[in-house]
Amino acid sequence: MALPPPDPQFVLRGTGAAVHTLHFSCGSPEPDIPVLFSGSENGFIHVWNLKTHRVDTALDGHGRKSVYCVETIGGKDRLLSQGRDQRICLWDLAEGRTSVTDSVFTEHVGFCRCSLLEVAQGRWLMAMAARSLEEVQILELPSKTSVCTLKPEVGAKLGMPMCLKLWQLNCGSQPVLLAGYEDGSVVLWNVTMGKALSQLVCHQEPVMSLDFDSEKAKGISGSSEKVLSIWSLNEQQNLQVYKTHELVNAGISDITIRPDKKILATAGWDHRIRIFGWKKLKPLAVLDYHTATVHCVSFSDHRNLHKRLLAAGSKDQRISVWSIYAQT
Amino acid sequence: VSFIPGGLDCSISFVSHVLGKVCVHGRQKEILGVLVPRLTDLTKSDCIWQRICWRLVECVPDRWMEAVVLGFVQRAPRADVLSRLLGNLVVKNKKAQFVMTQKILLLQYGHTTAVLQNLLGYLSLDSLRRTLLLRVLQELLETWGSSSAVKHSPPEQQLYISKAILICLSHLKEPEIESCRQELLTSMMEGVKCHLDSSLPQLRCLGMVVAESISSKINIEGPVLKFQYEEDDETRELKSLLVQTPPFCVVPSLPDDDKSEKADAALPLVPESNEKSHTAAPVMPDEESDAELDSDDDLIPYDMSEDKELKIKAPVYIRDCIEVLTGSGDVDKWEATVKALESLVRKNPAATREVSVELAKILLHLEEKTCVEGFVELRQRAQVAVLTMDPIPVGKYLTSQFYSVNYSLRQRMDILDVLVLAAQELSCPKFHGKTKHSGAQKPCIQLLPGGDSSKDWRRIVDERIKSKTRRFDTGQSHVELASGPNKFNSVAGHFFFPLIHHFDRPLTTFDLLGEDHLVLGRLVHTLAILMYLAVNTMAVTAMGKALLEFVWALRFHTDSYVRQGLLSCISSVLLSVPAEWILADMTEELLETQSWLGDVVEKDPDGDCRRLALQNLLLMENLKKKLEAVPS
Repeated sequence: MALPPPDPQFVLRGTGAAVHTLHFSCGSPEPDIPVLFSGSENGFIHVWNLKTHRVDTALDGHGRKSVYCVETIGGKDRLLSQGRDQRICLWDLAEGRTSVTDSVFTEHVGFCRCSLLEVAQGRWLMAMAARSLEEVQILELPSKTSVCTLKPEVGAKLGMPMCLKLWQLNCGSQPVLLAGYEDGSVVLWNVTMGKALSQLVCHQEPVMSLDFDSEKAKGISGSSEKVLSIWSLNEQQNLQVYKTHELVNAGISDITIRPDKKILATAGWDHRIRIFGWKKLKPLAVLDYHTATVHCVSFSDHRNLHKRLLAAGSKDQRISVWSIYAQT
Repeated sequence: VSFIPGGLDCSISFVSHVLGKVCVHGRQKEILGVLVPRLTDLTKSDCIWQRICWRLVECVPDRWMEAVVLGFVQRAPRADVLSRLLGNLVVKNKKAQFVMTQKILLLQYGHTTAVLQNLLGYLSLDSLRRTLLLRVLQELLETWGSSSAVKHSPPEQQLYISKAILICLSHLKEPEIESCRQELLTSMMEGVKCHLDSSLPQLRCLGMVVAESISSKINIEGPVLKFQYEEDDETRELKSLLVQTPPFCVVPSLPDDDKSEKADAALPLVPESNEKSHTAAPVMPDEESDAELDSDDDLIPYDMSEDKELKIKAPVYIRDCIEVLTGSGDVDKWEATVKALESLVRKNPAATREVSVELAKILLHLEEKTCVEGFVELRQRAQVAVLTMDPIPVGKYLTSQFYSVNYSLRQRMDILDVLVLAAQELSCPKFHGKTKHSGAQKPCIQLLPGGDSSKDWRRIVDERIKSKTRRFDTGQSHVELASGPNKFNSVAGHFFFPLIHHFDRPLTTFDLLGEDHLVLGRLVHTLAILMYLAVNTMAVTAMGKALLEFVWALRFHTDSYVRQGLLSCISSVLLSVPAEWILADMTEELLETQSWLGDVVEKDPDGDCRRLALQNLLLMENLKKKLEAVPS
């Protein structure tokens, strides 16, 4: 007898607009409050206090244009946000400040979220879609110097990059980028040399989101169709399709794998959040709370494993926070 | 004929005279049947024989030249043979030139494609003659592109000219195309405009195929003109003419090589596939997971039985439907409403009648918001449902809108289609909902019922003439149906008379008698069908009389589609109005119509019109006999 799916632990209301991106920052020990950052369509970034479940601060830095990516850079005092005003802003939030310290003008008019990777103490690499249609630019932060530009070969017709993930196998190895494109293919790029290592056609429709487990060298991608595609990376750095999973309703906006690599969550256009086991992609739960498309899902980074949370932001302007499979 | 020793000087002119005389008396087949193969063999490699042959033809007197030349062109197996036999006759002899470049191509159109191939191939084979080829092409394009030619010449002639143009194109070499590229482009643009304007689908197709071919010839590297049309035997045949296949003679001579080169150049470049090197690797087998320790087992799944496909519910009430369709809200709901509307309307006749005109108005103006499959058909079926549920007010509305300003041609033709479908449904109550009569899948397609109205009419007319109660599956057989009242009876007049009323009153955006002759054609066909369906109704005689007067007013219309419709109208009148009433009320109109029909049978350029007129005359004859047979 399977239990009915759990209800959300709590629901955050008050963004006033569709929620497009979420990011937890709960790693710091007490007495620091665990915090959730959310970016909305009205251009505001809300900093939610997870103890009081209220907004602590609202950041307005993108000229009321939709914010579709928020990430912390080394702690919850430094925030990076990306908006539809074609800018990436770097915020300084320490000691109650709310100022934009720096910004990068990307000239990108799409929706591709940038990806961050810490390569050395205080040095970050950021992959973002650039002005030119098919290109991805890698910048080094905080210096904002361009490391390289990844251009697909002429005639490849990949379309826009839709989602990016920078990763490296371990500290010191070469950083690599996985990029999902509009034509449904995922390309593995070597950042240092600036060339493509492998390309795999995973979907017939644009790749909406992807996530990668560097330990197992396996990744998953979702698209606007009904299929989730799981692919793996072999020793020759070649991508291969491992498995596909058919969903009940088409359309995935976001996929994320929990940091302990045990489960993953998908945000669906059918208003539902689905949880799968990562090992074999066993369907575990379908969380049906929202009344409109779920735009993003995010797992928290709590040190205390029992407190781990999953948050989902939706077009219905609510953020649902769940505690699910936290005991394992 | 098989004389000649080499080396003797003999006078050929006597033979030429004989040849000419025989040909002109109509014996081309016999004499050339023997002569041409013999000469073909003899001239294959022997130059002297070639020269003799040329002399032979050149010496034929002018008054017989046409017959001889025509005979040769028809009999020669291939263009290169013709070239050997005739040499440069066309350049040297004025009469031959006239016959070959003007008469055969522009003034006659009964010859086969092989003849055209021979003639144009012959012109292309020698540099002296190629200038003639270009001139011929220009004249052909002029004729092809002239709007009066498209309107008034029979479709067979237009097909002939199109074939000639395509063959000419296939013979042209790159530098020649370069030199006349601009003229080709201008004539193509003018010509395609006239062809697309025509009401006959066959002519439109012809225009499209020729324009595509010309465009592909002049634009080998750039984007090429591409039309959407139905491929059938005719279009395939036409397209095959563009590519010259090298003749299967054993010795490939120089002209043949030229032709095969052209064949290569004419084929469009195949676009390279993007993903040729990046196909997905095969899925790796799942065996590994069995061997692994499954730590996923401690994750217990929750109950997922509620996880089903997301379905958007359509509204259940008609007034809700109206709200959804007019509001600018949820597109998913809009889609679901469009799909569910027809059945809702049919299930709730009382509710529909309350809001019928409003619903009709909304449907008439409904445009596709999202990409719904079969949107046009869904909308049409909903409109028909509304019209059948409440015929009189909705019919009044629709017929008045037909003549209002600011509607597109497509909307006006939609109105006509809906009226006809509803009329069919009303007059045969058991057959509603059958989809075979909804001909509006693609916007540019023909009329109901079943597409080609002339074929159906002929069939129906023949059936009636022979008075057999054969059943045909268009569902028109009233005879064996379970009886239900003919609902069309009370509304036939309401559909019919408003449509016929204002046809001669032009509006700013809509002029039936002027440019919008396509709509006029459709209107006329619609009236014919309504008339046919009105058999056994009370209004049928009045309708018949009005229709005959309408036909009389329009009988000299230049568009052949309209004329075909007018003739169908007459058939409907003759079939639907009971014989006694025809005689009583409409004698004068009938007599006038009969004399007009006689005229049409003899002089109308369109084959279909002539056939329909003949059938009508036949029907009239039968009518007369029937009346004479009845003792008065």
